[in-house]
Amino acid sequence: MTVDDRFTEEARQQRIAQAQLGTFNEIVTGPVSDWTTDFSHLEPEYAENAIEVWDDLRGRCPVARTERFGGAWLPTRYEDVAAIAYDTEHFTSRAIIVSNVRPPMDVAPVGLAPPISSDPPFHHDARKLLLPAFTKANVAKQAVTTEAFCHSLIDTFAGRDVVDAATDYGMYIPMRVIADMLGFPQEDSEKFAHFVENALEGANGPLEERQARGMALSDYLFEQVRDHLDNPREDLTTYLLNAELYGQRLTPQHVVGTMTLLLIAGIDTTWSAIGSSLWHLAKNPQDRERLVADRSLRPKAVEEFLRAYAPVTMARLVKEDVELGGVQMKKEDWVLLPFPSANRDPERFERADEVVIDREVNRHAAFGLGIHRCVGSHLARMELTVALDVWLDRIPEFSLADPDAVRWSAGQIRGPRALPMRIG
Amino acid sequence: MRVSIDSATCQGHGRCYDLAPDLFGEDEEGYAVLTELTADRDVPEGREGDARLAAANCPELAVLVHEQVRA
Repeated sequence: MTVDDRFTEEARQQRIAQAQLGTFNEIVTGPVSDWTTDFSHLEPEYAENAIEVWDDLRGRCPVARTERFGGAWLPTRYEDVAAIAYDTEHFTSRAIIVSNVRPPMDVAPVGLAPPISSDPPFHHDARKLLLPAFTKANVAKQAVTTEAFCHSLIDTFAGRDVVDAATDYGMYIPMRVIADMLGFPQEDSEKFAHFVENALEGANGPLEERQARGMALSDYLFEQVRDHLDNPREDLTTYLLNAELYGQRLTPQHVVGTMTLLLIAGIDTTWSAIGSSLWHLAKNPQDRERLVADRSLRPKAVEEFLRAYAPVTMARLVKEDVELGGVQMKKEDWVLLPFPSANRDPERFERADEVVIDREVNRHAAFGLGIHRCVGSHLARMELTVALDVWLDRIPEFSLADPDAVRWSAGQIRGPRALPMRIG
Repeated sequence: MRVSIDSATCQGHGRCYDLAPDLFGEDEEGYAVLTELTADRDVPEGREGDARLAAANCPELAVLVHEQVRA
């Protein structure tokens, strides 16, 4: 067996340096003065009222603008969000989280977290490596352990009247699943929470802090790689270490970048979907009672929750000047892709603003559209389905313990981060 | 009724094989494929509704159904 000498100190330094280069702009924080010209998805008023913000903008300014983040756009109509998602000629995935740093041009077409950060044609080849592990048939194999884990979380509720459905339940499910898939220690969930928060909710934070935390994530992943090189096992990390592209093993930056993607993208997203669904059911007892009584309704309800509370807003950078939705977008402008807003466009969906748990036709875009369709969508659906099944079967009666204490996340992943629930 | 998958637009969302797992399946990468029942592109009699539902739920419009007037 040949020694794997890719993950050197030099490679680690290169990863850190790569993540620190780019074009920086001034950080602007504080209340939004006008949603059409000064929006920010990273302020508390957006976290609180995103749905109202989208509905308002869709009606009077379907592509909103901000000078924050060095210039960004927020389209809210399905038509415009879809057009951008499908247009890889004018829009690049070189960066997919809006922040105050645009990574150097030369990170394209691979980007820092392939394949989500990759552009064609490289994107296709990097994505192909991941797809087999995430098919519906393959993720179904994890349903049994996921179900047992959900039960074990609910077992810990014994004797309590109030639990936090976000931080005592939803959060742990994707953390456990992705830790299992990557072969990371389960007890590291605290660390995962910090990495995720920095990457997503902290996107408008001070640069030094973000860089220090990004470095901690790189160090953690290099540690996991070393552990897997010493003790290879059947998991995605070992798979990536052995994978080949164009006849050669992956670069260390590709391996660590993909691990970053899988760890960050798999957690907040599914956590948010589980929390939003339980929040809805806590507030709507008729829907809750119907789903408790009739399991056959649940798959449709899951799709409807994904439509109405789609957690993920993606982003792109403009690659070439382009006119879209009546505005002139300039090279290097950010563009947000709020799939949850697209999913609530009345031009596209009947009763778009209502949650109809037995909706038959539901062509929602919760997992994106086009070549970047969420690679983990089947896994997310499995986790959400199992998490709701176990909760509804074990805790058929529940309601919000304190509606004012519910807190929604800001940023590109939307879901409840505090969700006190009265149970039983 | 005839049915086909446009493999150029299918992105593997899997809505068709979620909704009608005997009419549609997934390949090794999660992209949709026809099954034994639909291999000849003919939708079995009585299953037209399921095929239509799958088509109506595909986010990429990659499931194509062709209604046919029987002679």
